[in-house]
Amino acid sequence: MILRLILLRLAQAVPVLLVVAALAFALGKFAGDPLTAALGPDATAAQRQAAAAELGLNASLPERYLRFVVRVAEGDFGFSTRLGAPVGQVIAERLPATLELAGVAFLVSLVIGIGGGAYTAVRRRARSTRLLMVGSLLGVSLPPFLTGTLLILLFAATLRLLPSFGRGEVVDVGGWTTGLLTAGGWRALVLPVTTLAIFQSSLLLRLVRAGVITAMASEYVRFARARGLSHGVVVRHALVNALVPVVAAASVQLGMLVAFSVVTETVFQWPGVGQLLVQSVAAADVPVIAAYLVLVALLFVAINLAADLLCLAIDPRLRGVRRGTAGLDAAGAGA
Amino acid sequence: MRRWGLGWGTLIAAGMLAVAVLAVATAPLYAPQDPFNLASLRLLDSLDPPSFLHGGVKKFPLGTDAQGRDLLSAILYGARLSFMVGGLAVVLAAVVGVPIGLAAGYAGGALDAVLMRLADAQLAIPSMLVALLADGVARSVLRRSLLEAASVPILVIAIGLARWPHFARVVRGVAQLEGGKDYIAAARLAGISWFDAALDHVLPNVIGPVLVMFALTLGFAVMDEATLSFLGVGLPPTRPSLGTLIRLGNDYLLSGEWWVVVFPALALAIPVLAANLLGDTIRDRLDPRGHGRQIAQGRA
Repeated sequence: MILRLILLRLAQAVPVLLVVAALAFALGKFAGDPLTAALGPDATAAQRQAAAAELGLNASLPERYLRFVVRVAEGDFGFSTRLGAPVGQVIAERLPATLELAGVAFLVSLVIGIGGGAYTAVRRRARSTRLLMVGSLLGVSLPPFLTGTLLILLFAATLRLLPSFGRGEVVDVGGWTTGLLTAGGWRALVLPVTTLAIFQSSLLLRLVRAGVITAMASEYVRFARARGLSHGVVVRHALVNALVPVVAAASVQLGMLVAFSVVTETVFQWPGVGQLLVQSVAAADVPVIAAYLVLVALLFVAINLAADLLCLAIDPRLRGVRRGTAGLDAAGAGA
Repeated sequence: MRRWGLGWGTLIAAGMLAVAVLAVATAPLYAPQDPFNLASLRLLDSLDPPSFLHGGVKKFPLGTDAQGRDLLSAILYGARLSFMVGGLAVVLAAVVGVPIGLAAGYAGGALDAVLMRLADAQLAIPSMLVALLADGVARSVLRRSLLEAASVPILVIAIGLARWPHFARVVRGVAQLEGGKDYIAAARLAGISWFDAALDHVLPNVIGPVLVMFALTLGFAVMDEATLSFLGVGLPPTRPSLGTLIRLGNDYLLSGEWWVVVFPALALAIPVLAANLLGDTIRDRLDPRGHGRQIAQGRA
């Protein structure tokens, strides 16, 4: 059953990935003349002929597309026109910075979002709930680049407490540069993580709250109450059943995190993949944009699959459904 | 007001939004300067503090930026651009999304499956990222000399295309519900064509939800524009939107010229916050599940 779902999902993902690859391939057509790029403007017609044959440029369009897909599958995205280095290498160098920032921010927003969402759903009339709701509305209304800018103004420019750009001191551990082993690295993480977490946890808090409120209103919770179970037990029942929409919300979060790390990395000059994308878009560095397109599509396929599997593990009722996304679709509509 | 059960917060938000739109729409009538006219700028005036601070000049109520632009004028004109791009982008999203949703919901079957899978696939990716990538595609395709002139249409298309699935989904739901009703079947039996039935009978039912969606999306579209401009891939420094102003001001954060960032930031944050507050209220009022009383009765 679960294997079937995985296979079905992967089969569904293939056309999506092929379309994205086609888009990336078409984008390459606008990258300028590859022969001029390889040989320079002074090459003779004979040289161009030879190079075209060598690069496989004389083949038909479908054949070249197929070759492109194979190259991409092997991780070969060509050369960045802006940096003059292989795209794969450029991205790999920046990946640790992005993953550490996004990972820490994701954990922080999970804790705040789920805790706060459950709290505000259970204690709906409390003054602190109202405060949290107003705060979370502010959090989702302020675009992250604005929050980041204001945080820099306050903590870096005025109070001079924290660094406003870069990763601080990093240590190289087997090719992976990490800022998590030095005090300076952690200090550099504080502001960017806060920027991301304010937006993410606000959104998650609101989604979790809606999920828990819905669960609290269901028949079995009323029945549990009627049986005289203690408040704590009832809330625990509701929380477990609110988990499916929470997982769906968290997977949406992970996607948003990728998007907004682009912004945060630019604000804090964080040397990650997001900053690379913005620089590449500004400089029309087509091979990098194309690679990012493909990688983002892959990432979202992976996130959705993981979320589906997690939901199946949590909620046995979903296992009977032919498509395992019933709960996800319902929760996703509120996002 | 009480009759409709709206709180003071909602009323204040609506008022603030109305004032902001009015102020921005009539800006050319009273703005001290035309900030897009580069000839009127004097570098000698650059980075003057606001007039209420020490060293401020009366001519520049909110101070000036690094180019010597009057910040108040720059904000008013920038907000015009921001609101315009946001508004046009939402119009585009509706123009693309409504027919698709209508066709999917009313026709059903394979067309519905294909269109909605497409919408779902795009919805899985955050719209900001879609807009950024669309922007990247446009920038790679267009010639460099055209980029600056085409920056507004590029932004509108990028943001609009990123938001169409939201409209398609809402419209599809309504069209599906309405298309199955007896009066549509009766109209079809009376000899009205499939296309006319969709246009004359299904479409009017869709208008209400589309307007609500429009209001909900507007704030986000303005935020998208500001974000892209902040990233330096939106509107150029010669015709700055609010996002561009904040990006330009960012360079002066650590040197103490806070006003070049704080005022544009407020001009962006307040209307967006008001729009989100209003959107929240509208959604709550239209979605019975959002209400405390109805929740206690369980949901259908």
